[in-house]
Order: sequence, then C-alpha cells, then structure tokens
Amino acid sequence: MEGLERIVKEHVFFADLTDDFCKLVCGCAKNVRFEAGDYLFREGDPADQLYVIREGRVAMELSAPGHGSMTFQTVGEGEIVGISWLIPPYRWTYDAKALERIRAISIDATCIRRKCEDDHDLGYELMKRFVPVIIERLHATRLQMLDVYGTKS
Amino acid sequence: MAAPETAPLDPMAPLVARVTRRHHDAPEVFTLELEPEDPGALAPFAPGQFNMLTVFGVGEVPISFSGDPVDQNRLVHTIRAVGPVSGALTELEPGAAVGLRGPFGVGWPMAEAEGKDVVVVAGGLGLAPLRPALYRLFAERERYGKIVLLYGTRSPDDILFRRELEAWRGRLDAEVEVTVDHAMAAWHGNVGVVTTLIPRCSFDPAQTVALVCGPEVMMRFAIAALMDAGVAADDIYLSMERNMKCAVGFCGHCQFGPVFVCRDGPVFPYARLRGLLALKEL
Ligand SMILES: Cc1cc2nc3c(=O)[nH]c(=O)nc-3n(C[C@H](O)[C@H](O)[C@H](O)COP(=O)(O)OP(=O)(O)OC[C@H]3O[C@@H](n4cnc5c(N)ncnc54)[C@H](O)[C@@H]3O)c2cc1C
Ligand code: FES
Repeated sequence: MEGLERIVKEHVFFADLTDDFCKLVCGCAKNVRFEAGDYLFREGDPADQLYVIREGRVAMELSAPGHGSMTFQTVGEGEIVGISWLIPPYRWTYDAKALERIRAISIDATCIRRKCEDDHDLGYELMKRFVPVIIERLHATRLQMLDVYGTKS
Repeated sequence: MAAPETAPLDPMAPLVARVTRRHHDAPEVFTLELEPEDPGALAPFAPGQFNMLTVFGVGEVPISFSGDPVDQNRLVHTIRAVGPVSGALTELEPGAAVGLRGPFGVGWPMAEAEGKDVVVVAGGLGLAPLRPALYRLFAERERYGKIVLLYGTRSPDDILFRRELEAWRGRLDAEVEVTVDHAMAAWHGNVGVVTTLIPRCSFDPAQTVALVCGPEVMMRFAIAALMDAGVAADDIYLSMERNMKCAVGFCGHCQFGPVFVCRDGPVFPYARLRGLLALKEL
C-alpha cells in the first residue's frame, strides 16, 4: 500500500492531494499494466474503472460502419483515460487501446464515487482535477470539428 | 527581429525563373524548386520571408520560402492549391517559367532566439514557412537552448516534409512531436490538437522564443497555451497572411489594423497584434 500511495502522490494528476485524501483514493486504486494492442475497455462496457496513465500512450477509437476504426485522441503519461465513470449510465462510449506498454493506476469507479458521496470535500477536490480535463477535451473537439487545416481555413 | 532584406532595384518588376523540380507533398500541396535566369539579381532570403510568384496570364500571389537558407541558389516554395493562382503554380512542370519578385518582409527572429529555448508550433501548411527557420536552428544547434517542434495537421496523409521530421525526431537534442486531428487506427502516432502538446513539453518559459505559424484559429489557441505556460507576449512570434498586391508597403492591400503585413511582417511579435487577432474581420 505504501508503494501505491507514493505513486499516487507523485503522479501529476494528484499533485498536492492531502495525505488523508490520498489514502481514500488509494483504498480504491491498484497498479495495472497493459501490453501494446490490449484494450483497456471497449465501447458499451460498464465504466467501472478509470485509468491514470503513468507510462505509455492510449488511443481512443470509434468504429463507424464502412470506415473501420478511427482514432480521435491519444493520451499519455500524466493524463487520464475515461470520464464516463462520472456520469450515469456509467458506460464507455469508445474503445481505449494501448499503443505501447501501459503502466497505470486503475481506480474502482463505484468505490471512488461512494467515497465522494460520503465526503463531499474529497468529491470537490477530485472534481477540480477532472473538470479541466473535460473542458480541455471539449475545446480540442471543437477545434477538430472546425477542421482548421482545411483549404477554407 | 530580423532586418528586412534589400529588395531588387525595381521591386515591382518580376524576374523570370524556371521550375527545376516539382514534388507532390500532400493532397493539393506541391513543392516547387525555382532557378532564376539571373541569380545575381536576387538578394539572399531569410527564414520567414516570402516571394511574389506570378503565373503569366493568371496572376501573382505571395508564397513563403520553404527551403534551406544555406542553399540560396535553390528557391524552394511549398504551395497549396486553393484558387486560380496557387492552383496554376502547383500545375507547373519542370522547365516552365514563373515571374518572381522578392524576397520581401520581416522574417523569424533568429538572432533574438539565440541563447534561448525555441518552441516551434506549426499547423498544417504552416510548417512550410517555418522550415527555413528549422534548418537554421539545427544547422547552428549550439547557438540555441532547447528546441521543441510541435506539428499538428489534419491526418497522417497530410503530414508535410516527413523525411525532415523523421530526421529531426531522431535527434537526441530536440523534442519533436507530430499530432493529427484524426487517423485510422493503424496510425500509432499522436491524435489530438497541437496546442495540447504544449503543456507536456519541457522548456524554460522565461527564456523561450516561440515561433508559431498555421491557420489563425490554431494560432490563437497556441498563443493561449504558450502564455498559460508562462511565455511572454513579446516572445511569441506569428506569421500572418493577408491578401497582397504590391508587397512593398505602397498599396495598403495587406493592412491589418495599424500594420502592413507585407512590410512590417509577415512575422510579428504577438504583443504587436494583441487585440487585432481576436477580431473576426479587419
Ligand atoms: C506572407 C504570405 C505567405 C504565404 N505563404 C504561402 C505558402 O508558403 N504557401 C501557400 O500555399 N500559400 C501561402 N500564402 C497564401 C497564398 O498567398 C494564397 O493561398 C494565395 O494568395 C491564394 O490565391 P489564389 O488566386 O490561388 O486563390 P484565391 O482566389 O485568392 O482564393 C481561393 C480560395 O482560397 C481561400 N484562400 C485564400 N488564401 C488562403 C490561405 N492562405 N489558406 C487557405 N485558404 C485560402 C480563399 O478564401 C478563397 O476561398 C501566403 C500568404 C501570405 C500573405
Ligand atoms: S501589399 Fe501593398 S502595402 Fe502590403
């Protein structure tokens, strides 16, 4: 457990988390590893874990009939994979595939949601970390939709 | 900032050059190599400057230099076909004649960047006007601090200058990241907008000069990300595009607020354009 606490505390996503909150997060967390080509999760699966990446890159993919699998975003060290665990119906809306060997902290979504319900201070502290990720992805999606590199830009 | 180079004696009279090579880089994007019939008549170009290229009988457009400034006899221009003149340029075969005026404008601040970290952010075709600066940075590597190159484009097929990007990426003394807006799953590189790469890179923001070129929306987001990272507005340089006619500050065609893009730019420190960039039309 001590090793995991150190890893969580040192991870940029959890920077400056208090010792008490860190212990609560670690109670729901474990170290995980995926090999290149493994799927962290698939579209439609229950969003029962979230992943905080320590090493390696993950591709988020969507399949469209006739188009094959398209990658719409990659994330790497220091970033998180998955926000669907935050909002009902807690289901993944895309596939997440390891592009290389991944080392990550996996956090049990039911466990962390329960702890956030019980302790709103913890919930607020974690929301302050997740909301910027959501906003940044929204901005990025807008830019991608504008197709700024097209000839009419 | 780099001093404007001397233009030819009559800046309005085009010289004749011949296409010596034409290379297809990406969909609708071609690189032309030109050789002037009278090479002695041209002043040397600096990274970030541009030429006015004429397709006889069609028209004249500003196009940046995209080649190595060490090789001043080979005039290299990378062009995307978006309309009549750019389209006609990309169709010229070796041997064809082109009218040429230049070099014009104020280029990238290569001297100001010496001793500092240099962060280059390029979007789409914006890599072309930055390539001469990159050749210079790598040729004179010891003069600069860290070199970071972040390049974003639409899809893997649209990536320009793959050979150079691969060579620069292979260097141990530079951080080079390429990202695309979307890709098929077979692509193993980064996917996402180029601005998201900025916070992931290591440079000293207080000692950094940033060179940014791409579509204006992308440049606005890049400026915001660079300033969030702590880079000062004075140290962020952008290359602007406006329609041009004379290219020497006579006609006012390229006026952008208080500046003439052809004469005062096309490269400007962001501090000089702040407030103008956010406006939709000027
Ligand atoms: C300083 C400077 C440097 C430039 N360097 C380069 C360069 O290295 N390579 C290059 O390909 N172009 C460059 N350009 C842009 C180039 O000059 C224009 O694409 C060209 O003038 C278009 O002329 P046209 O007659 O082909 O098309 P137009 O009839 O003028 O335009 C056709 C269509 O294309 C759109 N369009 C015009 N300009 C652009 C643009 N820049 N990007 C996207 N869409 C556009 C117009 O809105 C219109 O819908 C530069 C411009 C400036 C001011
Ligand atoms: S193009 Fe004539 S003033 Fe700039």
